[in-house]
Amino acid sequence: MTHLVSLPVILPLLAAGLCLVFGRSASAQRIISIVVLSTTVTIAAILLYRADQYGPQVVHVGGWPAQLGISLVADRLSALMLLVSSVVTLIVLLYSLGQGISEFGRETPLSVFHPTYLVLSAGVSNAFLSADLFNLFVGFEILLAASYVLITLGGTESRIRSGTTYIVVSLLSSVIFLIGIASVYAATGTTNFADLSGKMADVAPSVQLILQLLLLTAFAIKAAVFPLSSWLPDSYPTAPAPVTAVFAGLLTKVGVYAIIRIQTLIFPDSPLNDLLLWVALATMVVGILGAVAQSDIKRMLSFTLVSHIGYMIFGIALGTDLGLSGAIFYVAHHITIQTTLFLVTGLIELRGGSTALDKLGGLAKASPLLAVMFFIPAMNLAGIPPLSGFLGKLALVEAGTGQPGWLSTVVVVGAIVTSLLTLYAVARAWNRAFWQPRSVDASEVDEFGALYSGHADTQSSPSGQGRGVAVEAYAVDERLPRAMVLPTLALVAVGVGLTLAAGPLFALTSHAAVELHERTPYIQAVLGVSP
Amino acid sequence: MSSNLTLAIVVGVLIASGVTLLLERSLTRILVGIVLIGNGVNILFLMASGPAGNPPIVGDNPTSSMADSLPQAMALTAIVITLGVTAFGLALAYRSWQINGNDDVQDDVEDALIRRLAERDDTSTSFDDSAGGELDEEGSDTEGVDRP
Repeated sequence: MTHLVSLPVILPLLAAGLCLVFGRSASAQRIISIVVLSTTVTIAAILLYRADQYGPQVVHVGGWPAQLGISLVADRLSALMLLVSSVVTLIVLLYSLGQGISEFGRETPLSVFHPTYLVLSAGVSNAFLSADLFNLFVGFEILLAASYVLITLGGTESRIRSGTTYIVVSLLSSVIFLIGIASVYAATGTTNFADLSGKMADVAPSVQLILQLLLLTAFAIKAAVFPLSSWLPDSYPTAPAPVTAVFAGLLTKVGVYAIIRIQTLIFPDSPLNDLLLWVALATMVVGILGAVAQSDIKRMLSFTLVSHIGYMIFGIALGTDLGLSGAIFYVAHHITIQTTLFLVTGLIELRGGSTALDKLGGLAKASPLLAVMFFIPAMNLAGIPPLSGFLGKLALVEAGTGQPGWLSTVVVVGAIVTSLLTLYAVARAWNRAFWQPRSVDASEVDEFGALYSGHADTQSSPSGQGRGVAVEAYAVDERLPRAMVLPTLALVAVGVGLTLAAGPLFALTSHAAVELHERTPYIQAVLGVSP
Repeated sequence: MSSNLTLAIVVGVLIASGVTLLLERSLTRILVGIVLIGNGVNILFLMASGPAGNPPIVGDNPTSSMADSLPQAMALTAIVITLGVTAFGLALAYRSWQINGNDDVQDDVEDALIRRLAERDDTSTSFDDSAGGELDEEGSDTEGVDRP
């Protein structure tokens, strides 16, 4: 049964190859992608069950011993992340198939999308399952290389512009990570997590600190933690809606996962927890202030994405079981919710012709279903009880107040303020896009809107009359494509389901946190001996 | 473990030159910078593997005299990855050149937006012009700057 562990990596990669072979046939590609990603979801569910019941599931690839070869491990944390991410990946794939008719048209080669998407999924799985630093790096590179292709899909001007920033920043973080790995190997002679957890204790504290800082910097860029986050809101919004959605859901969380892994396993008595608390506070507050200032839904959501990474870092930095459990819960919640919101934004763009708040209005009347689909995850993001966002924040706040020292209290206050500001930001988006009647006075918008959304607007801006027509056309009833609405609804349902299943889920994340802090189950499973 | 000083210096020089190029605006130069840093890191891996030794083939040499092959495998993987990513980056630079006529990394949209606001706005009432009209070189001044 443990051989299942390698399948989430291998299957999507094989399927990507098959998709390239069947590059001419769109339907064959669809079938391959759907079948493989559904299988991955099933495998992830089985892995989670087995990891919960029988302890970490390990496979040593090629039968090499752990210190020499590559190992893949699914403990509770990995399996949970894998399950959530594969569910999200599958649903976003279905959504993008629904959108296929409208967006992946002549200008964007369809044959590239499926293989790349599957490679991305393989990379994410590999990163979550990897049991050593170097394989983690390879996982990162697989998913990054795929994301480079996806973010510049079609090679339009705005995507090339934002993609360039994204790629340069990602390359930089990869290089820092690589330097970190080389230094870790030079200091300890291993890159295996389980092996490192024992050997790192023998390294001089000052060297340990440098290694930890190197790795944390690399992961913090990927996770978009405050001083290293400014690339994200600039590069995500221009990509196609499903791509932005899956990036927002998964890529930053892979960074957060890596931070959880090294903080608990390799550097358990971290001297940097106070620093991380400060960073968490800054990420939350600065991110949400950015979101409040935005007038475009996609950009606003990108800033809330950055902001809410802060909550997870907060939980990790507390270093307690409850804090870590809250952080893991929050990751699962946030992957689902943030992806849902971006998918809904894709629908808003389809229905309203734009995502700029100045151009939208009255959508609640025009499309009540869309309004509901936006409202539920938006309130969930802001943390309105009884939704899962509230539960996650509650756990983190409880963990924060239980901690001695003034710093964690300050961060708790920051977390609550951030939550309120999130509510303000999404409520403003809701009011302007859905509640208010649409304002026709859009002379201001044209000029700046063109900058935001690139080519599409520059064409229409010279003629003032063209706008008027667009405003009228919008009121006419046009149905949203069902193939896009159903996956979105499914993801909204998953988000609500997380709320309903919060009890068992919390039990699971608590076990995962305890397991992470104990360290022995993981080490024993990988190395076969107790440390 | 003793380290090789020459290798350390080479690593330092490569990474330092790479960082300098990374700070440029042109994507091609940035990519050259990444390649230099990548090579520097590969040599860092070589350093991490300790002193040179015999080929690590079981049976040919005693284990004690073998070179550590693990970092070499890692460096190989890293080289392949750098190659792939650089190729993609070059394609991106070419596409950017096709569209814009240059391969400069563009400003953040937010920056451009703020600059445009600054260009449109008149100076505020509290602004004291007597200190000299010229502002900093980033284009905050209102006249004579024609940015795309």
